[in-house]
Parts: sequence; structure tokens; C-alpha cells
Amino acid sequence: MNLSLELMLQLAIILPLLSTLAIAATGHYPNFREGVTITTCLLLIFLVVNLYQGLSAGETIRVFWWELLPGLTISFDIEPLGMLFALIASFLWLVTTCYAIGYMRSHQEQNQTRFYVCFAIAIGAVMGLAFSANLFTLFIFYEVLTLSTYPLVTHAGTEKAKKGGRTYLGILLTTSIVFFLLAIVSTWFVAGTLDFKQGGIFADDVDKMIAGTLLVLFIFGIGKAAIMPFHRWLPAAMVAPTPVSSLLHAVAVVKAGVFTVLKVCVFIFGLDLLAVLPTTQFLLYLAGASVLLASIIAMRQDNLKARLAYSTVSQLGYITIGALLATSSGVIGSSMHIAMHAFGKITLFFCAGAILVTLHKSKISEMRGIGRQMPLTMIAFFIASLSIIGVPPTGGTWSKWYLMMGTIETEQFVLMVILMLSSLLNIAYLLPIPFHAFFPNLIAFKTSKKLINISEASGNRSPSFEIKEAPLPSLIAIIVTTLGCLTLFIYPQPLFDLASAVLSGRE
Amino acid sequence: MLMGLLNYWIVVVLMMSGLYIVIAHGNLIKKLVGLTIFQTSVFIFYISMAKIEGGSAPILADDITVYSNPLPHVLILTAIVVGIATTALGLSLVVRIKEAYGCIEEEEIQQQDNDQQAESKAEEVA
Amino acid sequence: MIAHLPILQVIIPLMAAPICLMLKRTQLVWLFSLLTSGLAFAVSVLLLQQVMTSGLISYELGGWQAPWGIEYRIDKLNAFLLLIISGISTIVLFAAQTSIEKEIPKDKHIYFYVLYLLSLTGMLGIVATGDAFNVFVFLEISSLSAYALIAMGKNKQALWASYQYLIMGTIGATFILIGIGLMYQMTGTLNMYDLSQRLPEVAQSRTVFAAFAFVIVGVCLKLALFPLHLWLPNAYAYAPSIVTAFFAATATKVAIYLLIRFTFSVFGLSFSFTTIPLQTLFMALGLIGIFVASFAAIFQSNIKHLFAYSSIAQIGYMIVGFSISSVTGLTATLLHLFNHALMKSAIFLALAAVVFRVGNVQLNSLRGLGRQMPLTMAAIVLGGLSLIGVPLTVGFVSKWYLLIALVEQGWWPVAGLILLGSMLAVAYVWRIVEVAYFKEPVGPPIKEAPMSFLVPIWALVIANIYFGIDTRISVQVAEAAAQSLFGVSL
Repeated sequence: MNLSLELMLQLAIILPLLSTLAIAATGHYPNFREGVTITTCLLLIFLVVNLYQGLSAGETIRVFWWELLPGLTISFDIEPLGMLFALIASFLWLVTTCYAIGYMRSHQEQNQTRFYVCFAIAIGAVMGLAFSANLFTLFIFYEVLTLSTYPLVTHAGTEKAKKGGRTYLGILLTTSIVFFLLAIVSTWFVAGTLDFKQGGIFADDVDKMIAGTLLVLFIFGIGKAAIMPFHRWLPAAMVAPTPVSSLLHAVAVVKAGVFTVLKVCVFIFGLDLLAVLPTTQFLLYLAGASVLLASIIAMRQDNLKARLAYSTVSQLGYITIGALLATSSGVIGSSMHIAMHAFGKITLFFCAGAILVTLHKSKISEMRGIGRQMPLTMIAFFIASLSIIGVPPTGGTWSKWYLMMGTIETEQFVLMVILMLSSLLNIAYLLPIPFHAFFPNLIAFKTSKKLINISEASGNRSPSFEIKEAPLPSLIAIIVTTLGCLTLFIYPQPLFDLASAVLSGRE
Repeated sequence: MLMGLLNYWIVVVLMMSGLYIVIAHGNLIKKLVGLTIFQTSVFIFYISMAKIEGGSAPILADDITVYSNPLPHVLILTAIVVGIATTALGLSLVVRIKEAYGCIEEEEIQQQDNDQQAESKAEEVA
Repeated sequence: MIAHLPILQVIIPLMAAPICLMLKRTQLVWLFSLLTSGLAFAVSVLLLQQVMTSGLISYELGGWQAPWGIEYRIDKLNAFLLLIISGISTIVLFAAQTSIEKEIPKDKHIYFYVLYLLSLTGMLGIVATGDAFNVFVFLEISSLSAYALIAMGKNKQALWASYQYLIMGTIGATFILIGIGLMYQMTGTLNMYDLSQRLPEVAQSRTVFAAFAFVIVGVCLKLALFPLHLWLPNAYAYAPSIVTAFFAATATKVAIYLLIRFTFSVFGLSFSFTTIPLQTLFMALGLIGIFVASFAAIFQSNIKHLFAYSSIAQIGYMIVGFSISSVTGLTATLLHLFNHALMKSAIFLALAAVVFRVGNVQLNSLRGLGRQMPLTMAAIVLGGLSLIGVPLTVGFVSKWYLLIALVEQGWWPVAGLILLGSMLAVAYVWRIVEVAYFKEPVGPPIKEAPMSFLVPIWALVIANIYFGIDTRISVQVAEAAAQSLFGVSL
């Protein structure tokens, strides 16, 4: 194989899109179809890793496709942040596909071909988004991602799924078209270009008020970053099958959102400008409120997936805060948190799905004692929870460390308190789940009477002690991502290098 | 003032009464009558506009020096033809509406349409 | 031959119409009409090429010198419009034969083609001519045939819709006639170029004001500008599907052309926008139109009604672009003329295919059609995405220009409103998507539409995407046309 890096970059975007044809063609033979998907995943990882090596070797990889309107081009360019995102997305796609095979088959879902086709398109869109060289290209793939994931959200086709899909599409399209597009057009008008550039594209003497307004438009417009009050789509999207929730709504779609926020902050505004804009402080507090409120709401959710969704909203707020802090440790923390949270949250979703397919339980209150039936799953759940909370020995430690550093450097002590408070809340809403799963009766006296009854009832039923784990492909996936959480603690160096290289032009 | 612009006053009066009939009357034939009056007022407007006092038809002759402008007259011939076509088409539509709806009153026709829509909606719900 | 292109453009379909009556076989008439329309299209391509390379073409009818004789004056603007009209007409005609089989009684088929060609003649004539009175004549040719075509619809409501359209259309046309008369009274000329030279001298007279008002109101009736739009939804919904596809893409566009021609060329920019507060008025009406019509569209249960209201909303966008009265704004309007023609003809042709298979276009009848007629429904969805203005479709290109034009003037709130308006498009398009793809089909199985539909539909859909990606041609032409309107008048 002697492909040039430029060609590989294009292949990385086109390959998933092309694979849809093969997936559709082999739709009647599930084994072939999944074979095609897995092959594509492996090829994609191969391409992305090659690109990564190319980038590490210090090569510039640029591709120009097409000039849509004078000055508005569709072109691609690899830089560390995009690379990081692409690496995570392509690797987790493989894992999720593996998981999905087990999940979809044992759950006997309908329309599996449509599922895999849309999934592949979404990944193609993520690749395009990650490698975009300008805001315009990014916007195109952002919209493709929204549209291609809509059929996945409404996969079940029920009234509830349609309602969820309506909220999903409604919020994402509205914010992206009304605010994001307006911001892009205005940026184009003010700055004269949309190319991502180290240090920003605005002139030094740009009107601070206009730039500040644009920043607000951007942050609101990037609905995928789920900053309150535009977060409703994420819980709504939880009607989707679990593999969708796990890859798209813990990794691809939401990370596309915060990735875009980071890109805009670093490469459109530039940290220097960002730090002096009048609206930055307001947005920081908004993101802080989003972090705290989402955590509080998460505590009140009994549906596991809904709790995880609100937890995601809260964690996305961390990343946005990191970007808006406009310091290097903030940006490094945010970039790393994209990866850390991806591994942690995808594991949690995998576990939720595994519980659903094997034990048919989706409510947290029903999950007492399931640790005996699904020990591996619940251990994985425990480790992933630690990563989300940000304690050793998991990867989440590092990213939260840098984010804290960022708040201290900029003397944003209110935010620091918020971040710490939210981490405490994380403990309160995540850890009881594996805890009760393993020790159903231990702290029963603390909970309400109703819960005691439930636990007694389940105790009386004397849950079978026979171990009944998720289907094998799914279990493998869970283990892989859990190991990922642990590995990222021990060996975060490559990730850190990438994250700090995001600003290398600056330092 | 009034007499000097008499032709325009007539045009305006005819025009307004024509328009009023179109808007106010529910009977489809009467509407067409109004429309025709409206159009006719414009014909008069063009014709009278071109007339010059003491002017004659545009025939070249030695002793004639003042001519009326023939162009608007020609133009309005075309407009008259168009007007006739419109009226004819409108009347034939009214005939077919009468066949289909059994009446030529605007209100009744709309009533029937609404009923039909309500029916089809009720069917959909069922 | 080349020298006579401007008149050939109009005379070919005009002559072909009576010939159709002599050909007795329907099939033959269809082929002949298709050929005629194709020829007209070829002529328009040649004309556009010629205009783009060597500039304005002036053609004197019968050798009578302008301004006494009738002059056909082709500049970039009308060459562009001629291309749109004849192109859409040709593509739509491909599907005509199959479609009217189920919608129009057999013995009227030949008349259908005759009227269709006459209507085409009228529209091409309005655009090609440089003579104000000639505009009126062609306007009536196209309108009269349009009334008759709409009345051919199979429901009795078609008759009523046609009658209403006739009343409103005639009032509109007569208003234009009055306006032209007043202009003639002041200047003694009917030639548009000549008018544009002479009107400024008398611009401050009340007669010219009245003339302007009459012409603008008349044209606005024809282009269904809110609140003069009431005739349009029924006319589009109950006309035979092919007719809807043709008119939705072309008829209102011709009226917008007239609006641009009269305000920019004949009365001149300074009169239209400085002396008279046209800008505020049209901006407001355009915006209200976008919102009112889009809201109305959301609540329709007949899909043809739904897209008819959507057409009114899209006209609002064009009017907003027009009212900005800058080169970019006008470019946006012209681009949207072209782009909207592509979207709406694709959507309405696809609906024609649905009518062919299902029999009606009630929202409920679309249940499960996403699986039964996948290609047809996919076309509607892609057309809908284009209406919304999703990137890589034509809708995005025109919206982009419109936004740039608004931001240029610093009218951010209006830009925001425009974008908000396009969200309403999401609402009505998605109602269709949900019904077509997420409801179980009822009744007997339905087959995919025949090739005679699919080929033209997908030709249009592909054009929708192609011109959304390769914008060089459309943007270049629209920009050149807009610039020429702002440069030397006519």
C-alpha cells in the first residue's frame, strides 16, 4: 500500500460513505453486511492511524475539493485537534459496531440495514467534520451529521420515537440554521474568510461588540454542544437503540458539537481575542449553570439512559468552559476531556444497553442486585463512572486536572467551585448504581419505604445467581472501552501531546 | 375642472362601480358584469386620452392638420378582444360551475366546499 | 437564423399550438409539444450564450424601428428567465402524457397541449418583449390559457379555483393596463427603454405616481405577494398536477421578472426606491408573507395546498431580496428564482407521480409511501431539504446570498427572521417525512411511479444538487444580470 497522505485523507471521508452502498447491497445477508461494516471500520482505523503518523512526522496534509461560491471552498486540512477527534471516533466506531452486532441481533431490531447505512454516513460526516479546513466545510458536515442521525433516533418508528426525533431535529436544525449559519455568514462578512487559522481570523481592531455577539451566536448555534437552554435534544435522542446513544450521543454527535466550539474558539476567534470579548464571561457562567443544573437533573432521573444523557449535557459543559477560558491549560483540558469522556460515557451506555437486552431493565430502581447476574458489566460500569467523576486510576483524572488548572489560572473561582460541586454530584448519581447492584440491601434503611419494598421484593424473589452476561460481541466491546479508560490513566502521553499541539502555533 | 376632466371622472366612476360590483356581489354572473364594466372603463380611458379636440381620424389629406392619436385606439382594440375572451371564458366557467355545484352563488359554493372538506377530514379521523 | 432568435423564441410555441389541433393522435401531439418546447429551450440557450458574450440583443419586429415598432430586447436578465421557463416547461412535458391520462378526460388531451403551449408562449413573450403594451397582451395570453388549464382539474373545486383566479388575474392585468396607459399619456411611448429615458423628466407628476402604483399592484396580484395571494393555493392545488408543476416553477417567476423590470429598468432605481418608500413596504410584506404562508403550510392536509403556501413563502424571500435594492440582494432574488423553479418543479412533479399512483395527495394517503414509492418520496424529501436551505442544495446558495445581502446592509434582525422562517419549512417538510416513512401503509400495495415520471423528476432533483454544488453558471449569470440592472438602465 503506497497511498499518499492526501489520498488517505480523502479516503477516510469517502470510505464510510461508499461502504453504505455495499451495506445496502448485502442487506439481505446479515453476516456479509456486518462483515462489510467491520472491514470498513478496520480500513478506516488504518487510514486514520497512518494520517496520525504523517501528522506526527510533521507533514502538512491539505486537500482542496471544490469552490462552492467564490472564496467558499470545501477543503480539508489535518491539525492535532481534528486528528484526536478522528482517532477516537474511528476507533470507537469499530467497538460500537462490534457491540451493535450483539445488541441488535439479540434485541431483534427491525430495519437493521438502514441502521448500518445511516451509521456509516454519520461516521463519514464526522471524519469530514474533523478534518475540515474551514468553517464552511465544517458546517456542511455538521448538517449531514444531523440529518443522517435522524433516522437512527427514530429507529423504533413508534409515536414516542417520532416525538423524540422531532425534538432532536427541531432543536439541532433550528440552532444550526438560525444562529450558526447567521454567525458564519456574519463572520464571513466581517473577517472576509472562513479558514481556520491559528490565532483567529478576525482583524486586531475588530469591533468587540460585534465579535462578542458572534461568539454568543456561535455558542448557541452549535446546538450539538448541548449548552442549556438548547440541550433538550439529547435526552430526547435517548429513544434510539443503545448503540446509537452510545456512539452518537456520547461520542460522535455531541463531541462534534464541542469539537466545533473548540475549533471556533481557537481558530476563528483565537484565545487572545476570546479573553477580551465582553460576552465571554456571560457564556462561561451559562456553561457553568448548564454543568450544575444538568447534574442536578441527572440525579432525579430514574431511567438509566436519561440519567446518562443529562450527565453528558453536564460533561459537555466542562469542555465548553475549557474552551472559553481561553488559556492553554483550558484548551488542553477540553481536548483531553473529549477523549476521556468519550471512553467513559460509551462504556456506561454499553452497560445500560447490556442490562436492557439481557435483563430487560431500563429503570435504575429496578437494578438492585443485578451485580450478581452481570458482574463484568457492573464492574465496567463502576470503572467508567470513576472516569467520568475524574478520580484515579482512570483517564478522566487528567482532563479534569487541566480544566481545574485553567480555572485557577484565570482566577475563575466561581467556576472552579462549580466544577468541583458537579464532580461531587457525579459521585452521587453514578456510583450508587453499581453499589446497589452489588449490595442490594446494605443501605436500604437510608432510602424511602417504597424502595425498601422493592428491594425486599427483589430480595424475596431471590434473584438467580446464575451469571447472565450480555451477548459476547457486546461484552467484548464493554471490556475494550473499560480497558481504554484505565489505559488512558497510565499512558496519557500521546493524547496529551496531541492536545498540547493544538496550540503549538501559539507557544 | 369638473367639465374639463369629464372623461376621467366618468372613467373613475365606472372603474370604481365595476370593482365594487366584483367585490360586493356573490352572484358569479354579476361579478363578471362588474369585471366587464371595470374593463370598459379602461377602454374609455384609452380612447378619450387619445382624442384631440378638433382632431380627425388619421387619414392623410391636404386640409387636415390636427389628428387624434390613433395608437391608443389600436391598442384598445386588442384589449377589447382580450376582454371578450375573458368574459367568454368566465361565462363558460360559470356554466360548468352551475353544472357541478348546482348554483352560482359564491357563498353556497364555498359552503359546499367546506362541507366536503369537513367530510374528508372526518373520514381521515375515522 | 441567429439574428431572428428573439422572435423565434416566442413564435415557435405560438405557431405550434394551432398545429397541435391538426394532429389528431394524442401521442403525436405530445411528441410535437415536447419537440416545440425543446426547440424553445435550445433557442433560449443560444440567446443566453449570445447575451453573455456580446451583450444586449435588440430585435425590431417586422423591421419597424423602435420606439415606433415593437422591439424585443434581450439582456442578461430576460435571457436567464427565458432559459428557466423553457427548460422547466420541457422537463415537465416529459411526464405530461402519463400524468394527464389519469387526470384529464381523453377527448381533451389535445386541448391540454394547445393551452400548455399558448401559456408557454405568453410567458416567453412577457419576458422577451421590450414593449410595455406587448407585455399586457402576452400576459393575457398566458393567463387566459392558465385559467382554462386549471379548470381542467378533475375535481369540481378546480372550476371554482379557476374562476377566482380569473377574477383576480383580470383585475391585476387591467391594473397593469391602466398603469401603462398613464405612462403613455405622460411620455407618448410604450417602448420600455424609451420610457426609462423619458419618465425621469416627468417623475414628480402625480400621474406617474398613479401609474407606478397601478403597475406595481397589478404585478403583485400576479405574483401572489402577501396579502394578494389568496387565489394561488386553490389554483395550484386543484389544477392538473402537470399544470401545477409548470406554473409553480414559472408563472410567479414571470411576475417577479415584471416587478424587477418595471421598478429597476422602466421607472428607475431612484424613483422606485427613493421617491417611493417601496423598500420598507416590500420588506415588511415579504417578511409577513414568509411567516404567514409558512404557518399556513404547516396546517394543510392536502400536500399540494401545503406546497402552494410554501411557494407564497418563497416568493416572500425573493421579495425581501428585491427590496434590499443592492446588487447582492438582487442576485439573491434572481438565484432564488432559478433555484426555486428547480425545487418546486421537482416536488410538484413528484406529487404528480403520487397522484398517478395513489389518486390524491391527502397527507394521510402518503402513509408508508416511503417504502412503496422510494424514489418518488426521496425526490420530495430532497426537494424539501432544498426548500429548507440545507447545504449542498440549491436552496442553500440563494439563502447564503440573501443573508450576505442583508448583513451587508447591517440588517441583522431581518437576517435572523429569514432564518427563522426557514425553520418553519422544516416543520412542514417533516410532517410529510414522518407520515411517509414512519407510518404503516394502508390499503392495497402501491407500485413505484413509471419511468416517464422518474426520469424528469430525478433530472430535476439532480439539477437541484448539481447547481447547489457547482454554482459557477447560475451565480455568474444572476450576478451579471443584477449588475446590468444597476449599471446602465436596460
